[in-house]
Amino acid sequence: MAEQTTKPLDIRVPMGTMFTLYGVILAGYGLLSNGSPAYARSLGINVNLWWGSAILLFGVALLALSWHANRRHAPHG
Amino acid sequence: MTMNVLADGLRLDLGFVDYVVLVVYFAFVVGIGFWLKRTVKTGEDFLLSGRSTAAWVAGLAFLSANLGAQELIGMGASGAKYGLMTAQFYWLGAIPAMVFVGVFMIPFYYGSRARSVPEYLKLRFDEKTRALNACSFAVMTIFSSGVSMYALARLLEILLGWNFHFSLAASGAVVLAYTFLGGLTAAIYNEVLQFFLIVLGFLPLALLGLRDVGGWNGLVAKLNGVAASEGFSGGAWTTSARHLTHATDNPMGVEWFSMVAGLGFVLSFGYWCTDFLVIQRAMSANSMSAARRVPLIAAVPKMLLPFVVILPGMVAIALTHHAQTSGTGFRIPTDAAGATDYNMAVPALLGHYFPQGLLGLGLTALMASFMSGMAGNVTAFNTVWTYDIYQSYIRPGQTDAHYLNMGRFATVFGILASAAAAYAASKFNNIMDLLQLVFAFVNAPLFATFLLGMFWKRSTGHGAFFGLLAGTAAAAVHHGVTLPLGATVGAKGGWLIGRAAHAYQSEMAQSFWTAIWAFGACFTATVVVSLLTRRQKADDELRGLVYSLTPKVVDEHPRWYGQPGFLGVVILIAMGSLIALFW
Repeated sequence: MAEQTTKPLDIRVPMGTMFTLYGVILAGYGLLSNGSPAYARSLGINVNLWWGSAILLFGVALLALSWHANRRHAPHG
Repeated sequence: MTMNVLADGLRLDLGFVDYVVLVVYFAFVVGIGFWLKRTVKTGEDFLLSGRSTAAWVAGLAFLSANLGAQELIGMGASGAKYGLMTAQFYWLGAIPAMVFVGVFMIPFYYGSRARSVPEYLKLRFDEKTRALNACSFAVMTIFSSGVSMYALARLLEILLGWNFHFSLAASGAVVLAYTFLGGLTAAIYNEVLQFFLIVLGFLPLALLGLRDVGGWNGLVAKLNGVAASEGFSGGAWTTSARHLTHATDNPMGVEWFSMVAGLGFVLSFGYWCTDFLVIQRAMSANSMSAARRVPLIAAVPKMLLPFVVILPGMVAIALTHHAQTSGTGFRIPTDAAGATDYNMAVPALLGHYFPQGLLGLGLTALMASFMSGMAGNVTAFNTVWTYDIYQSYIRPGQTDAHYLNMGRFATVFGILASAAAAYAASKFNNIMDLLQLVFAFVNAPLFATFLLGMFWKRSTGHGAFFGLLAGTAAAAVHHGVTLPLGATVGAKGGWLIGRAAHAYQSEMAQSFWTAIWAFGACFTATVVVSLLTRRQKADDELRGLVYSLTPKVVDEHPRWYGQPGFLGVVILIAMGSLIALFW
């Protein structure tokens, strides 16, 4: 069977980019606003910094997976 | 779900960073549309995603397309109102049906020449059965999309003070942009994005809430207080199945039989196994074996969603109860009449716990859930319109380019019609309630038709058609002679005889039983009429459409643990364990 000419675009690329960007925005904002009284509402936890870092990791992991898959398939394509 | 009168004075205080988060989201969803534009060359690419989607992508889209307006707001509201029993909508009310559709039904949908669920009905039965299903489905998707649009615009008006018309136009324009450019693939890709966004935006809400009330044990203790004050025994809010012996034992007002047969069987199988909105996602997969895994992959996160969407509602009611006894603290807002407005439980909790930054993410997740509901309905609508109505009855035999253009036009029309429906909803709330009731009558019997069609080769087109009519009639009659306790004759029931021949403990119980009656009537009528009429289709024509006439699908997956049957059993055991754990 012939290989498909147009390979479906990898959704992990836009998704990874978006979540990496969100991670940077939230964690960065969290760093800048660290110690702000605004965090009283989130039970004294700087949720922007913590959750932003988690989202950043998730975004980078998606990009890494996509990059890895591309490298593996490259010699055949 | 319609939000009638919502509490005012519940403004979220957005900062610059929150707007940045919102703008990034809109840039990405529209960007995905542009990015995918070049992959759309034929009508099949646009309407069916060219059967090129990976199993996990289609699986998450399968789940996300159903995460519409009812999900984050409605399930949070139900979590507050009924407690953990709401999780049965994700366990008993979804998982067995998702396993069944993956293991047994996808081979007929994916393996046949059908491009849509109504088209399957045409191949299996006849033209009139398809027309009935296609038309009711097309109207229903437009109204569902309109309700999402209305609810979103109304919510933004309350939470952010945005102009209703602006929000409506903006959300319509964004969904139009990406579905018009990238078709079903863009809708699917954005649904996957939205799924992760919803989880990442709402998980911190559940975690902060749980921490605030003293963990799970603290939540149980507080909700036992709620149960006691409402006259239920302890655990009524924090168990999923223990209080189902009598309808009076739990706040949902249902008993085990209607829970299992009504929700777990008729409503759940009727939705997950026959609704083209979700089936379309499975049919977009790149192989039969991937298509069968789509619902199975979706089932795993589906089971865990209650901890993200229902738990915040439970925390909200626990805090509200605490505030009522202590005088201070978080309360679920009340509506104009002073009653607790459960629909605002989750948005209000968002404003209570989230500081600026995360607040933008939570709000974006909320908007994403409404938009994925809209886009899902619109992409299902344009396919059914183009293939099952336009190509079949209006202009058959045209070129593929012609149908591609019609698909695009149907997308524009679908969005405009949804906007019209949204305005109808804002003007005449009762009309939307009535329409939803009619759809419930039309949908309730569907699974009987598919079950008999796929597994009984003797069932005929006349049987299916009149069975569906009989099922819908039975649903209407049952609704017309019963009432939930405390309701008045009218849209809530009893309209046929002007009183209630039977009173149910709750509206939920009434709708579960309406479904049971509809299924029973459709099943019986289909069997009887089929036996009285002659078969129109020979065995040859039914190959690939009926179980006994179709060669068994040999799954491509080489290992026994990757087989759909085995995965299905594992998923059912996991669901059973969850129910047992929260018994």
